[in-house]
Amino acid sequence: MKWEVVIGLEVHVQLNTATKIFSGTSTAFGAEPNTQASAVELAFPGVLPVMNKAVVEKAIRLGLALGSKINQKNVFARKNYFYPDLPKGYQISQMELPIVEGGVLPILVGEEEKLVKLTRAHMEEDAGKSLHEDFSGMTGIDLNRAGTPLLEVVSEPDMRSPEEAVAYARALHSLVMWLGICDGNMQEGSFRVDANVSVRPFGQQEYGTRREIKNLNSFRFLEQAIKYEIQWQIDTLEDGGRVEQATVLFDPDSGETRMMRSKEDAHDYRYFPDPDLLPVRIADEQIERIRSEMPELPAAMKARFVEAFGVSSYDAALLTGSRATAEYFEAVAQASGQGKLAANWVNGEIAARLNRDGKDISACPIAAERLTGLIQRIADNTLSSKLAKQVFDALWDSELSADAIIERDGLKQVSDVGAIEKMVEEAIAASPKAVEEYRAGKEKALNALAGQVMKASKGKANPAQVQDILKQKLA
Amino acid sequence: MTNATLKQLSQQLAAGEVSSVELATHYLDRIEALNPQLNAFITVDRVRTLADAAAADAARVAGQAGLLTGVPMVHKDIFCQQGWKTSCGSKMLDNFISPYSAHVVEQCNAAGLVTLGRANMDEFAMGSSNENSFYGAVKNPWDLNAIPGGSSGGSAAAVAARLTPVATATDTGGSIRQPASHCGVTGIKPTYGVVSRYGMVAYASSLDQGGPIAQTAEDCALMLNVMAGFDERDSTSLERAREDYTRELNQPLAGLRVGLPREYFADGLDADVAKVIEDAVAELKKQGAQVVDISLPNTELSIPAYYVIAPAEASTNLSRFDGVRYGHRAADYKDLVDMYEKTRAEGFGAEVKRRILVGSYVLSHGYYDAYYLKAQKIRRLIANDFNAAFEQCDVILGPVAPTAAFNIGEKSGDPVQMYLSDIYTLSVNLAGLPGMSVPAGFDRRGRPVGLQIIGNYFGEAKMLNVAHQFQLATDWHTRAPAL
Repeated sequence: MKWEVVIGLEVHVQLNTATKIFSGTSTAFGAEPNTQASAVELAFPGVLPVMNKAVVEKAIRLGLALGSKINQKNVFARKNYFYPDLPKGYQISQMELPIVEGGVLPILVGEEEKLVKLTRAHMEEDAGKSLHEDFSGMTGIDLNRAGTPLLEVVSEPDMRSPEEAVAYARALHSLVMWLGICDGNMQEGSFRVDANVSVRPFGQQEYGTRREIKNLNSFRFLEQAIKYEIQWQIDTLEDGGRVEQATVLFDPDSGETRMMRSKEDAHDYRYFPDPDLLPVRIADEQIERIRSEMPELPAAMKARFVEAFGVSSYDAALLTGSRATAEYFEAVAQASGQGKLAANWVNGEIAARLNRDGKDISACPIAAERLTGLIQRIADNTLSSKLAKQVFDALWDSELSADAIIERDGLKQVSDVGAIEKMVEEAIAASPKAVEEYRAGKEKALNALAGQVMKASKGKANPAQVQDILKQKLA
Repeated sequence: MTNATLKQLSQQLAAGEVSSVELATHYLDRIEALNPQLNAFITVDRVRTLADAAAADAARVAGQAGLLTGVPMVHKDIFCQQGWKTSCGSKMLDNFISPYSAHVVEQCNAAGLVTLGRANMDEFAMGSSNENSFYGAVKNPWDLNAIPGGSSGGSAAAVAARLTPVATATDTGGSIRQPASHCGVTGIKPTYGVVSRYGMVAYASSLDQGGPIAQTAEDCALMLNVMAGFDERDSTSLERAREDYTRELNQPLAGLRVGLPREYFADGLDADVAKVIEDAVAELKKQGAQVVDISLPNTELSIPAYYVIAPAEASTNLSRFDGVRYGHRAADYKDLVDMYEKTRAEGFGAEVKRRILVGSYVLSHGYYDAYYLKAQKIRRLIANDFNAAFEQCDVILGPVAPTAAFNIGEKSGDPVQMYLSDIYTLSVNLAGLPGMSVPAGFDRRGRPVGLQIIGNYFGEAKMLNVAHQFQLATDWHTRAPAL
C-alpha cells in the first residue's frame, strides 16, 4: 500500500524579553541554578503574576508577519497539573482566544514554494527544569527557566514529508529571528519543536491516528525523528497493528522514538481563566504602531530582489533566508549595481565558505564593501572568473581590498589586443595538428588552442578575447 | 488603655501620655493572660514586638512619627510578613517563615504600626466558624462556648477581647463581616481591588479582599487609609487616586436612602437578629434616613454560585503546596506521586480537602460548563441585582448572618448547614461590592449581632459615615465582653 504522511508542528518559541512573562526577574540563560527565580517563580504563598507587555508586542509582530488575525481580547488560563518543575501546580497559558489566529507561512521545498497554514499562536510561561542526573536517587529542580515567555506556534497538519516539516521549522526559525523576537538558539532551548505525525493510505480523507513527538531541539533530530516515526507507523499498520494516540520522545542515541504516555494517561488540565490576571486588551492603535515598526518581511523583500536586481526567484528565496544575508546581499547589489553577480557570489562562494567554517553571515570575514570591490572588477573585465576566485581566497584571509590584492599579486586580466594576438600566433605555430583538426570542422580543437594561450598568459588573458582572436586568425 | 480606640491611642502617643513600648507591653500582657482561653493567636513574639515598639518610640523622638506610629496591631496569619511564621492556619505552612511581606504589611510597617502577633484563622480562610484551624478553634470572647465566626475569627476575637485595638482580616465570602458581627466589633471589606492581594495567601482570587477589624467605624477608616492603595504587583489592584476614608465622617444622614432587601428578612432569619436590625434601621430613620424597599432576587443562588467558584479557584491556588519548595513534606514516600499524596493528605485539614475536591470536580472536563460557567453567569445576575438596587438607594442594610454566633461543634458535622449561614454575605463578594458589619445589639443569649451595610462600588467613605453616625448615637460598639 502507498501511504501518505501528515505532519503538523507545534513550536515553542522563546521570546527574547529581558524579563520573565509574569515578573521582573531576568531571563538571561546560563546562570547558577535557581538564582534567577524570584518569589513569583518559586510560587511562594501570596505572590501574583503581572503581565510583561513586551511579550504581547512580540506576539503581535509574529501575527502581523504571518498575516494572522490578532485577537484584541486576550484571556490567560490556568493549565493545571502537578510536576516539581511547575511550582504553582499550573501553567499560565492561553486556551480560548489566543493572541494570534490563522495566517500562512511560505516554505521552500527543493525549488518549490508551498504555503503552510497556521492554526494559532498563544502566549504562555515556560516551566523550570528537572535534573535527573547528578543526584543519585533524587531529582534536582532548577527554576531559572520558569516563567520565561513562550509563544507556542501551532500549524495546521499541512506538511506531507519530513523535508516539508524541516522546511517549515526552518522558515519559522528564520522568521522569528528576522523579526527580532527570538534568539533562535536551539541548543539552549529557545526554539523547540513538537511534531504530530500520522500516516494514511493515499486517497483516504480522514487522518490517521497521530502520535506526538515531543521536544525536538535541532532540525536534524526533527527530520530523523519524523522519518523513524513514519516508518514505525507504516510497519505497525502493515503488520496488522494499530497506532494508538500517544506522546513519544525521540532518543538521538538510538535514533528511535519511544512511548512517553498513552492517551489514557492524558491529563485533565482543568483549564479555566486565571483570576489573577485581567484580560489583556489590544487597541487598534497598538497594532497599527507595531505594523509601522515592522521590518520589511522576507516575502516582500524577495519580490523586490527579483524586481530590482533581476535575480531568480530561487536565488531571492535563498537570499532572504535570513535578515542578515538579505541585508548583506542588498548592500553588495546596490553598491556594485550587479544584482545577479552579487546573488551568485553570496549564494555561492560566500555561503559555501561560511558553511565550511561554521560561521554566520554576521561573522563573514568579507564585509559587503570588499565583496563589492571584487564584483566591480569582475564586471569591468579586470578579472576573469578564475582570477576572481583567487582574489576571493585572498579576501577571505586578509583585510585588503580586491584592488589591493589584484595590484599586489599582479592578477589583472590581459585585454591588450596586440599582446593576445602575439600569443595566439605562437600557439597556432606550435600546434599545426590542432589547427588542421579545427579547420576540418572539429570545434573542440579550438579549446586546446585557447588553453595554450591561457597557459602562456598565466591565466590572465581575457578568455573571450582569446576565442575571438583565434577564430579570426583561423578563418 | 484597654478599651481605647486606635484614634485615642494615636492621640495619647502624640501627646506623649504613653509610649509605644508601654502600649505594646500592655497588650502583650493581656494576650499572655487571656489568649490561653481564646486561642486567638497563632504567633506572638514579645522580643520582636518590643523592639519594633522601641523603634517607633525612637522615630517619634526623632520627629518622624506619623499618625499611627507606635500603635499596636495584629495581622491575620494570611498576610505574609517577613521573618514571621505565616501559617494561614494550616499544618502545611506550620514551618513557613515568610521571606517577604505582603503589600498590606508593608503599608502598615511604613505607617509605623507595631505588630503584636499573628491572628488565628480558619485554614486557608475556609470556614465560617474558625473551627478549621490547625491550631485549634478560636473562642468567642462573649461566650467561650460560641464560635467567633470565620475565617477571620482570631482577628475579630482579639479586637473584641481588647487584645489589640485593630487587626487586619480578609473577606472572601463574609470572613471579615461575619466574625465582626459575632464578636461585636466593626469590620469593613472594601470594593474588590481596593486593597492589594499581593502577599495575601490566595483562597479564591476573584473574591478575596483584605480589610480592617476595629472597635469603631472611624478606626476602620483610619486603617483603610493605611491598607488601601494601588499596587502594581497585583493585576487586579485598581489604579485610582488615594482617598481619605475619613473624609465623609460627620456628614448628617438626612436624605440618605437606605435599601432593605426583602430577601434578607425572609424565612430563616432569627427573630432576635431581625429585631436588632429593625432597631438599627429605626435609629437611622430617626437621623433622617429614608427607607426603601428593594429586592435582590438572586440572593439564594449566591450560595451554590459561591460554593462552585470559590472551591474552583481554591483547588488550583492550593496546588503550589506540594512539599517541593517549602512547607510541610511527608517524612516517608516511595516516589513523586506518593510524596505529593502523603504531603497533601497530611498537610491539609478536612474542609480544605473538601473544597479542593469540589473545585477539581467542577473544573473537570465535561463539567466545566455545567458548574463553573453557570456559576459565573449567576455571578453576573447577582451583580445586576445590586446595580438595579443602587438606582433606588445609597446603601443597603440587613443582617450579616441569620443568627448570632452558634456553639462550637454545633454545625461542624454538617458543612451544608454551615454554608447556608453565609447567605447574606456571599453575594457582596460575588459582585465585588464593599460591605461592613457594625455592632447593633445582642440576641437573647447575650451574643452580639451586627448590622450589615452594603455600599455601591467605592462607597466605603459613605458607608463608614453611616456606621459612624450610628455609633455616635449608640454604644453597642463600646461594650466589651467580661473576661
